[in-house]
Amino acid sequence: MKKLSKTTKSNFITYGIVVAALIVGQVWANSGSMSSLLKGLLVPLCAYMILAVSLNLTVGILGELSLGHAGFMCVGAFSSALFSKMTMDSLPEGVRFLIAILIGALVAGIFGILIGIPVLRLRGDYLAIVTLAFGEIIKNVINAIYVGKDANGLHFSLKSVTELNMDPEGTILINGPQGISGTPKDSSFLAGMILLLIALIIILNLINSRAGRAIMSIRDNRIAAESVGINVTKYKMMAFSISAALAGVAGVLYAHNLSSLVASPKNFGYNMSIMILVFVVLGGIGNIRGSMIAAFILTLLPEMLRGLSDYRMLIYAIVLIVMMLFNWSAGGRRFKERVAEKFRGMRKGPAKEAK
Amino acid sequence: MALLEVKNLGISFGGLRAVNAFDVTIEKGQLYGLIGPNGAGKTTVFNLLTGVYKPTEGIIHLDGKDITGKKPIDINKAGIARTFQNIRLFKDLSVLDNVKVGLHNHHKYSTLGGILRLPKYFKVEKEMDQQALRLLEVFGLEKEAQVKAANLPYGKQRKLEIARALATEPKLLLLDEPAAGMNPNETGELMETIKFVQKEFQMTILLIEHDMKLVSGICEALTVLNFGEVLAQGDTRTVLNDPQVIKAYLGE
Repeated sequence: MKKLSKTTKSNFITYGIVVAALIVGQVWANSGSMSSLLKGLLVPLCAYMILAVSLNLTVGILGELSLGHAGFMCVGAFSSALFSKMTMDSLPEGVRFLIAILIGALVAGIFGILIGIPVLRLRGDYLAIVTLAFGEIIKNVINAIYVGKDANGLHFSLKSVTELNMDPEGTILINGPQGISGTPKDSSFLAGMILLLIALIIILNLINSRAGRAIMSIRDNRIAAESVGINVTKYKMMAFSISAALAGVAGVLYAHNLSSLVASPKNFGYNMSIMILVFVVLGGIGNIRGSMIAAFILTLLPEMLRGLSDYRMLIYAIVLIVMMLFNWSAGGRRFKERVAEKFRGMRKGPAKEAK
Repeated sequence: MALLEVKNLGISFGGLRAVNAFDVTIEKGQLYGLIGPNGAGKTTVFNLLTGVYKPTEGIIHLDGKDITGKKPIDINKAGIARTFQNIRLFKDLSVLDNVKVGLHNHHKYSTLGGILRLPKYFKVEKEMDQQALRLLEVFGLEKEAQVKAANLPYGKQRKLEIARALATEPKLLLLDEPAAGMNPNETGELMETIKFVQKEFQMTILLIEHDMKLVSGICEALTVLNFGEVLAQGDTRTVLNDPQVIKAYLGE
């Protein structure tokens, strides 16, 4: 019982951090003293934090190394952006964005299941390599899709705009490598932080439930999990698809922050997948709050250090190394424990005096 | 009627005949031992009974139902639970959570209900906590409920594995070398625990063991395997005095 309240407390601290960051961010942005650069970073920051916590569900909780997370983000981004562009004139902004989020999550979740069926049969390095491949395939396929709309309805092509055979007055929705342009800018810092909070609630509540225990039991020992009647395939798929759906939500945020959405190697390629994995590894595999904070620091750091120009990447690298040591080395862990002990002592100290 | 009825069970791995023409009948409530020299095929029999391997031939009936060739999950649901020779705990989960995973199929609420924290979640979780703690108390593990399973001492890890298996409410409990790596004191304590489990839960138990003191101390009947075949079968004392068995164990 004591432990239960301890994890619940820890979860509420995580939610508290998000709410505090939301308030600080909002006040700062409204006060006008925030640089435009930083302002532009607020929504991507939310998206990265959602990506980090969602990937931690696959890597830390399910225990499978996935390198294709950006692919699910890409699917969520394009499906929702397509929807928003098509309904730009017919739906009010709030409703449209809400439905876009649901569509992004749903489509990415379905892709999670479809890709999960073959991929989750594999283990370890093989799984990592195949997810990497699927991530790249998704990005490249989206680069080859052309969609247009005219009076006759929707037109698809995998070749070129002219292949769409549209009326001259038809509009192009997805223009191959040029992606989707004219997506409504529905994302905001507030929406991003609320979505982050929802993602955290889903993941943390899942972990501390029957299904979460089943998922972690598969991670710790698949054969033993089967022997006590855990449906391994079902729970692997569940974790993988929820993780994918949340990455899709991050994609929705990302897409609706840009007026033109292009699937380039930089934003949806494996560079991105690796970056999300870096957040997870540095923040602590299985440590949801840690991965969120790592995403926060590593996204803001390069921008904060812009003034130092040449030394920027040097400091970034040093911070990476220090975080790694702090979280994973034996000495770093001891140091953290000592600090935590001191804090506890400080809190207990005055209470004892009061007695 | 017998609880477990195995007839003509056999499996080959390529050209290797690991188990051949294995028969056994275990009555309800019996404490049955499966012994034999190293490599005789004892663990293979366990893996056949629990669905880890599919038998090449033969039939397995549990409580009158055919469970031959079923998947491990379905066999567990049908009522066979097991422990492992090399301990397989969920090492990063707490002791309590290890048992709660065992309760998975008997205390249910939907995943969505868990995420949304509906009233049923709290009700069922509370039931699970109570049930798991009751089981831990049987094995004297209630004080370690919040300890990570990997941090338990060896003997207690063995006990936790039994507790987790019992959580699935089996009809038949398979113990694979429960006393392996234990000192005589711990083994003596384990014998008491196994007997207690048999009585308290009216459990039918089939165990593999090398420790002859344990085998002769608690097993009511035995099957001896040698080179994948049944060498002797019957009540414990007769089997252990069988000259063939002595020969297989000690040589000529």
